[in-house]
Amino acid sequence: MFARSSALVFSPQCGQVRNMATLKDITIRLKSIKNIQKITKSMKMVAAAKYARAERQLKPARVYGNGALALYEKAEIQAPEDKAAKHLIIGVTSDRGLCGAIHSGVAKTIKSEVNNLTGAGKEVMVVNVGDKLRGLLHRTHGKHIILNCKEVGRKPPNFGDASIIATELLNSGFEFDQGSVIFNRFRSVISYKTDQKPLFSTDTVANAETMGVYDDIDADVLRNYQEFALVNVIYLALKESSTSEQSARMTAMDSASKNASEMIDKLTLTFNRTRQAVITKELIEIISGAAAL
Amino acid sequence: MMAARFLRRALPVLRQSRSYAEAASGAPQMSFTFASPTQVFFKEANVKQVDVPTLTGAFGILPAHVPTLQVLRPGVVTVFNDDGSSAKYFVSSGSVTVNADSSVQLLAEEAVPLDQLDIAVSIMFTFTSIHIEEPICSNVGQYDQIYCEMVQI
Repeated sequence: MFARSSALVFSPQCGQVRNMATLKDITIRLKSIKNIQKITKSMKMVAAAKYARAERQLKPARVYGNGALALYEKAEIQAPEDKAAKHLIIGVTSDRGLCGAIHSGVAKTIKSEVNNLTGAGKEVMVVNVGDKLRGLLHRTHGKHIILNCKEVGRKPPNFGDASIIATELLNSGFEFDQGSVIFNRFRSVISYKTDQKPLFSTDTVANAETMGVYDDIDADVLRNYQEFALVNVIYLALKESSTSEQSARMTAMDSASKNASEMIDKLTLTFNRTRQAVITKELIEIISGAAAL
Repeated sequence: MMAARFLRRALPVLRQSRSYAEAASGAPQMSFTFASPTQVFFKEANVKQVDVPTLTGAFGILPAHVPTLQVLRPGVVTVFNDDGSSAKYFVSSGSVTVNADSSVQLLAEEAVPLDQLDIAVSIMFTFTSIHIEEPICSNVGQYDQIYCEMVQI
């Protein structure tokens, strides 16, 4: 972004010596960078406020989401290594950029997963939660996408959003056997990690060996339970992802502001030097003109 | 082979008499987690008993309950603490998991402590909860049920 603006102002031409920037050019550039710095500073403040709220809401959401996943961990449900297994990948990020490597990390993981699974001969479908993910994936993996979700990231996610996503997924009719949710797990203000949580279909869970321990389960109850668990996993992914995104945006805008202030310092020095050079030149002209008389 | 089987049957008797004392102190504690998406009420707490209303009927869960998965229906969840006190919560829907290691996860979509409910608020709550899309409670009749349950309380 900065390189582009410099090209507009300086228009360097190859093979020719660059003209000394006039005072006017430097002034224009200095003003625009100062504006950009103001914008990035305010974006950092906004992101910091949103991050504080998201982190607060993440604490109960984590307990809730881990409680939902406890069954799969305790019962050690494994998906059967079937040839004809259908896979589902749900990628969770958001619509908005300027947040570092949030979207590209998830997209990279999804791409490598899809390539692995299609290489092993399995059918994979991808659900995109967040417009940025759609942009990154639809060119190369467009035929794997079944669902795109927009308007993610403007407001903090709530349980209703997760249930809307799950309802649309279930209505789409894709009968997956197993899958995973790929999102950015929040570790700290400065770090997050792309993580996966498993999803299982009702059949996989019903046929798992350790499920025999659980008594009095009929198909209807299990189906409802599974749908609810799906919503819970999506909810956890949304919450973690939004917290990671806000903290990443905060750090990105912070470093952008720092870079901008560095550029401002350098440019101010150049401006002063140029101004002094102009004054000296005028003085020399006057003096040499007077000396000629 | 038969001798081994007899031995195996005889040994447990010995083991039982030796391990009575252990059984009393090693009673499985219930690790109880009760949360809604926005609030955590209990996190891996040791409680004595939990009464839950499920689609197949209300039942109480004690430590060492047989593992099961159930889906909640609108109703009151009662938690009995170790010191005998009890706390009641109204839940709209959700799921309960009892695992083999006696851990219980009670996940409610909406849960409110009973003392925070009053009739005027409950009417508004019922009508707003209809707008929450929920695969389980897609039946509008269930929301009438929520309302009736709340009025009863």
